[in-house]
Amino acid sequence: MTHAPSLASPKQTWGALTVKLLVLLVAALLLFAPFLFQDTRSIEVAARICVFIVLVASYDVLIGYTGIVSFAHTMFFGFGAYGAAIALRTMGPGWDAIALGASVGCVISIVVAAAIGLLSLRVKAIFFAMITLAAASVVMVLASQLSQITGGEDGITYKTPAVFKTAYKLLVDDHGKVVRWFGVKINGKLAAYYFVYASCFALFLVMLRLVGSPIGTVLKAIRENEARAEAIGYRVVAYRTFVFCFSAVVASLAGTIYAIWLKYTGPKTALSFTIMIDILLMVVIGGMGTMWGAVIGAVLLVLAQYYLRDLMGSAAEALVNVPLAPQVLAPDRWLFWLGIIFILLVYNFPKGIAGTLADKGASR
Amino acid sequence: MTEPSLITQDLTIRFGGHVAVDAVSCAFRPGELTVIVGPNGAGKTTYFNLISGQLRATQGKVMKGALDLTQMAPSRRAQHGIGRAFQLTNLFPKLTVLENIRLAVQARSGQGWRFLTPVHRLTGLQADAEGYLAKTRLESVAHLPAAALSHGDQRKLEVALLMAMEPDIYMFDEPTAGMSLDHAPDVLELIAALKQDRSKTILLVEHKMDVVRALADRIIVLHNGALLADGPPQEVMDSDIVRDVYLGKSPAAPSRASQEVA
Repeated sequence: MTHAPSLASPKQTWGALTVKLLVLLVAALLLFAPFLFQDTRSIEVAARICVFIVLVASYDVLIGYTGIVSFAHTMFFGFGAYGAAIALRTMGPGWDAIALGASVGCVISIVVAAAIGLLSLRVKAIFFAMITLAAASVVMVLASQLSQITGGEDGITYKTPAVFKTAYKLLVDDHGKVVRWFGVKINGKLAAYYFVYASCFALFLVMLRLVGSPIGTVLKAIRENEARAEAIGYRVVAYRTFVFCFSAVVASLAGTIYAIWLKYTGPKTALSFTIMIDILLMVVIGGMGTMWGAVIGAVLLVLAQYYLRDLMGSAAEALVNVPLAPQVLAPDRWLFWLGIIFILLVYNFPKGIAGTLADKGASR
Repeated sequence: MTEPSLITQDLTIRFGGHVAVDAVSCAFRPGELTVIVGPNGAGKTTYFNLISGQLRATQGKVMKGALDLTQMAPSRRAQHGIGRAFQLTNLFPKLTVLENIRLAVQARSGQGWRFLTPVHRLTGLQADAEGYLAKTRLESVAHLPAAALSHGDQRKLEVALLMAMEPDIYMFDEPTAGMSLDHAPDVLELIAALKQDRSKTILLVEHKMDVVRALADRIIVLHNGALLADGPPQEVMDSDIVRDVYLGKSPAAPSRASQEVA
């Protein structure tokens, strides 16, 4: 069956539909994660996925939509995380501390992003990337040197509001025991997870709104043809600075959320370049320039980081009688296999999973 | 006579020792279509770049009415009504035709900063963009990426972008360059229609002499960056200046030009 392409509305390819269904599935799985996968590790993984979806999506607004390459995204993530951590430690566990920490993190992020942006978004992309790299390194050194404030390499451990304590009983039955639904304790841990889920969901929706509104098209236009965008009346530097600040704020809020979830903030969880590399990998694997790509990339990479070892361990055991197989699949070699998987993914999905899938079914 | 809408005063740009545009003083009036001619390398496109802001003048001024544009960025000049189409197709290749046009519409209507309303709900914006789509007869390719269009359609889209900006000053840089004979009239009709609106000032760089004859109210001749002649079409074309510029002093000029002038 053939039909003329519709003039009124763009066609939805089956590939694009698949991507959206996948994302919906991820959203649903994450929503019910504490009930579907009832162990402490799974809920850690689910929370990390939520936070990284937001972090990666906010980075994609920069790199995928606007074409700005920055290596300072973890720096903004760290501002939010350390803001909340320092406030919670000094003021004690309370929502006022969280609010203050989050706001201070956001303000610092905006100021630093605006300063970097206005000073250097006029220069060529490569110089801008270098400047962000330098800024991120400075902040990392500062965080480890100012150990009275930041806890140095050890980081900071602190308490979050009582409602997020594992021992906190959200629902109690007649005997004073915590209520279970489908075998899951309705306790503070669950509350903390849903706090993470809800706030990440909200942030993701805000970003979806941004890229779907007129400014989203302007950002793409700047990526496509900066000079022409300027010629039809858009102040490119202003838009770039705005989007840099916007994504910095979102990253900072994601940092605050993660700090509340972990009850610990240190260089490894909030500032290290490993996180920056993870973000880059997630964006590339998921697909640049599409919010859905961020979801897919974050899910895949976090899952691989947590479960590839286990998977290989069981595979090695199952193939114990096959010569060489146990050695090749030994769990210690998981990074090697992760690398191979990345190469295959990039090779087979040059535009990322979401980008390449969305093109499937297009009649061209 | 009406007040000039666009004035260039001693407009000059030097690249090192080379003077690309040399003290060009010229005034353009609303309702007037001026064609700028001159051999390759005469400085026509550079002159355009100085007016629309892609290049900053070494000397001299660009004025729109009483407003001094000389130090403004291209985006601010665009907001003040300077509209510029480019000689080499200069679009947003991965965005659809409709998105390309909508970008121009929303820039003019100041909606570029809206960041919470989904595009499809801004029906005014969409309808406006579709209007220009219809005017330039690009409806059938509305949802294709600009890069997928034929060269002729890309040229039309280039003109559509300019029209969607609704500027006071229209600057076309060889709008029919590389277009097939059956496509060129479309674009020329659009320009002719703009001329009917007596409030617009139109500047056109063009080599095809039949186009020049059909559309021009006035011709200015640039040569080696300097203003060589300025006057009504017949007068300028009958003078020896154009002939000399194309044939005599510029041996590198293609034979195409000589046929067109002759």
